Amino acid sequence: MAMCLAIPAKVVTVEEDKAHVDFGEGVLREVNVTLVNARVGEYVLVHAGYAIQVLEEKEALETLRLWNEVLEAEDVTK
Amino acid sequence: MAEKLRYRDREMAKHVAQKIQDRAPKEVAIKICHVCGTHEWTITHFGIRSLLPSYVDVMAGPGCPVCIVPASEVDEAVQLALKGIVVTCFGDVLRVPGSKMSLLDAKAEGGDVRIVYSVGDAVKMAESEPKKEFTFFAVGFETTSPSTAVEILHKPPENLSFAISHRLIPPVMKLLVKMEDLSLNGFVAPGHVSTIIGLKPYEIFPKIYNMPTVVAGFEPLDILFGILMIVKQLKERKPRLENEYIRAVHREGNAKAQGLMQKVFDATDGNWRGLGSIPSSRFVLKKEYSDYDALLKHNVKVEHGVDIQHGCKCHLVIVGKIRPTECPLFMKACIPQKPVGACMVSSEGTCRIWARTAGRD
Repeated sequence: MAMCLAIPAKVVTVEEDKAHVDFGEGVLREVNVTLVNARVGEYVLVHAGYAIQVLEEKEALETLRLWNEVLEAEDVTK
Repeated sequence: MAEKLRYRDREMAKHVAQKIQDRAPKEVAIKICHVCGTHEWTITHFGIRSLLPSYVDVMAGPGCPVCIVPASEVDEAVQLALKGIVVTCFGDVLRVPGSKMSLLDAKAEGGDVRIVYSVGDAVKMAESEPKKEFTFFAVGFETTSPSTAVEILHKPPENLSFAISHRLIPPVMKLLVKMEDLSLNGFVAPGHVSTIIGLKPYEIFPKIYNMPTVVAGFEPLDILFGILMIVKQLKERKPRLENEYIRAVHREGNAKAQGLMQKVFDATDGNWRGLGSIPSSRFVLKKEYSDYDALLKHNVKVEHGVDIQHGCKCHLVIVGKIRPTECPLFMKACIPQKPVGACMVSSEGTCRIWARTAGRD
């Protein structure tokens, strides 16, 4: 197991501190969600069996905005 | 996520690499350090170094939590196994060399050593075999230590104890900054550690040490953008803290995880393999949880171990003073199947990652 690695997975069910998630392989795996407030349908970042952060679609799009900003600022200041 | 492919867009990668070349100050060589095994994997796997101009170097710092566990703590786990206690650990930990033996050697000697995917698995094992004593060898940075805290606070079964070898990243970054012969120009800060600790612990690097610091994600474009952001800061001579990994890292981090860690652990000085003692860099159990301390419970203590085997250069590789290919043992006496040093053991170790690509420059 790679120890800095964390992999996004989609939350399918949540029951107390356990959730079943899909890592994109169509197989459901149990992870512990004590550290996050995960809701069904959201993506979580999973490290060694524990969800450590909720990923929001909005923030994924924000990344692209940030990249464009870095590049545009480049082009302007050049 | 659906955006994944865009994080690996080749044309975009070339474009960003060109920007890095255009913007990088060329007066002196630029040395950027990251401290995460997964960053090194992405950099090596996608050949990011080959995209960068020759005067921009990205080096791997001590970002492999398995590699930096000192031999003395492996020796303690080995002793526990040889005493008849079931030692559970992550797969990467199994072959990490102790002074004389690894946990795999202890297993060959009859010790019961079991690989687990998570600390939760160790809890389940201990519950299902109540007559046996179990220990979880807890290795990992801030990404991993919250899960140990979760289980300790969840009242684990009485036959489970913990050998805590968790370490903290910001203190080792401080050590790197102070190593004058490294002469670093910027940090790519580790994305997943940062999901937990947030941005605040890195503020000292730009503020006190004038070190551009950018938290970056793990896709090739994340890292290239991280490097570009550092290079821009250098060009502008305005070192600051920036976050490229906004889709996972929030300024305040994971407050719940931080709270649980504070409840369970105290930070003390800790030894790092090949680096010596680093102030406030190690988690130990707070007094109220000492019943779960495997070393106290089973009366095991190893003060000093042999961290670096004869001829091994892990202590230099680990801080980026040399590349794995500059070690005389690399891919000769030290290979993934028969590692001499810890950096060749873990899939996050710099030598192991370089071995996979035959150490291309």
